[in-house]
Amino acid sequence: MTGQQLMVEGVSKRFGGVVANDNISLSVPEGSIVGLIGPNGSGKTTLFNSIVGYHPIDQGSIRFEGREISGLRVTEIARLGMLRTFQQTRVYDKMTCVQNMQISVPRKDEGFGAMFSKSHPKIMKKADSLLAFVGLYTKRHLLAGDLSFGQQKLLEFAMALMNEPKMLLLDEPTAGINPTLINGLIDRLKRSNADLGITLFVIEHNMRVIMDLAEHIYCLAHGELLAAGSADEIRDDQRVIDAYLGAY
Amino acid sequence: MNTAERNLALYGSILIVSLAAPWVFPAYQTQLAFLWVMVLFALTWDLVGGQMGYTSFGNIVFFGIGMYVTAVVQRNLHFDIEEYVHVAGAVDMLKPGEYLTGLFLGLGASAIVAVIVAAVLGLCILAMGMRGQYFGICTLGLGVAAGELASGWEYIGAGSGMVTPVFPERLGERGAFFYYIFFILAGIVFLTVKWLYAGRFGLAINAIRDDEDKAEAMGIRTTRYKIVAWCISALFLGLAGGAAGHLVGFIDPTEVAFAGATFGVWMILMAILGGKGTLWGPVIGAVIFHITQEVFWTYLFGWQRVAMGALIVGIVVFFPQGIMGWIRERWPERFGYRVQESTISSASEGGGA
Repeated sequence: MTGQQLMVEGVSKRFGGVVANDNISLSVPEGSIVGLIGPNGSGKTTLFNSIVGYHPIDQGSIRFEGREISGLRVTEIARLGMLRTFQQTRVYDKMTCVQNMQISVPRKDEGFGAMFSKSHPKIMKKADSLLAFVGLYTKRHLLAGDLSFGQQKLLEFAMALMNEPKMLLLDEPTAGINPTLINGLIDRLKRSNADLGITLFVIEHNMRVIMDLAEHIYCLAHGELLAAGSADEIRDDQRVIDAYLGAY
Repeated sequence: MNTAERNLALYGSILIVSLAAPWVFPAYQTQLAFLWVMVLFALTWDLVGGQMGYTSFGNIVFFGIGMYVTAVVQRNLHFDIEEYVHVAGAVDMLKPGEYLTGLFLGLGASAIVAVIVAAVLGLCILAMGMRGQYFGICTLGLGVAAGELASGWEYIGAGSGMVTPVFPERLGERGAFFYYIFFILAGIVFLTVKWLYAGRFGLAINAIRDDEDKAEAMGIRTTRYKIVAWCISALFLGLAGGAAGHLVGFIDPTEVAFAGATFGVWMILMAILGGKGTLWGPVIGAVIFHITQEVFWTYLFGWQRVAMGALIVGIVVFFPQGIMGWIRERWPERFGYRVQESTISSASEGGGA
């Protein structure tokens, strides 16, 4: 298949006796926005962790731009251009927002000497413009740890954009954010996809958000792939409704 | 006064006071020399322990290695080893030229050996993903092991230690000579870390301190940064150890070289007292700590260890942030942590990247 940026085939992951992911296959086309939903404990985050190399998988293959990545480590995969954000936001607490941005530059071609270089003015400018993009420009000299949870989520998103990824895996980008801010975030996610051409693969519990955002949605339940389809198909799928209401 | 003038005044006055100190207090030259050793300890420890958040109890290893390597180079260059060991260093005095050649060749060798050892240990410990308390305990073991190894190795005098050659009189006073060596070395270390913290390197090791998993997820080559930071720390500790051995004159394997219970702990305390993870904190901490310690020795002799223990408890309980950390928390605006209300000029219409 061409045009598929991420191909997950038959991936299984067990933790002791618990089967977190069982023979999951899915694909994410380049330039698209794809959603991943499922009840709590259905294995969404485990799948994300498997994809970005946080832990080895037991079976199956994961290909990014045609290249097998299931044996690579987290940093190597990140440098290939596939980045993830965390469900619990993760920013560098004791550093200012600007510093958080500066350190998030792409690392692909970083040589040994680059370790000791200073940040280029272009980087500072880009950091400022991205902070303005997520609405944190006035707070850019505050410590990231002093921001509210929602603002930290926005900062984490800006840091991800700073890294110029080809594909972003977002783990519940709107969890814990107030409804007004959510609309702004959806808008920015769409713009990053449309304007910057970043493929988005999103875990989300908020149905309104995911239906609005994603063109194609996969639904997991009990570690297995339950359903796949467009937003409308998923919304009307009886199995998905049952899974969410606890019939499984 | 603007920033440049203020910096000039600050560094200028430190320079003048430092250069004059051994002549104003000739009786305290050795103690003053050790003041700079303490500053070196705190600054090199803070690079890994404060800025990178890897609490190491084993940095003393590099200090001890430097001490032995310099002494061995000095000895092997000028003396018959067996005779030297037999008379415990009481041989003919070296000419100034010989002494200096041996010393500086020794220091060079110390730096190289310390960095190689740090790189190998780093590959064993850091590259294996050892973090947090596990890293701390592991390094604690290193310090103990190194002392035991040195105590059992005949070539470097085993348990009875090594004597460094007598300081040639024609070079002037030993205390003053080493005072300036340590002053220059401490100055170089300060400027080096200042430069490192201002660039990418500082940002990267700060990121590792705050959230290493995140740093990895963002593609930062964390292992490389960690090992290089440790090697830089080891480089300067090796140099400091080499010169310190010659200043003290006698190298005991566990009391002087691999003195984990004193120097090894002090370097951590000084950094914490001054404020770990800050540029000036370790310097301030080292100065206060060293002066306090000397005062305890003078006025509380017999109880100096108890007083020191009480001070340590006090530091950890009341100054967990350290002096600079406390100041930064109290007046964050002075450190540039403030809301900037002015709107963005060029970037606002730029939107994305």
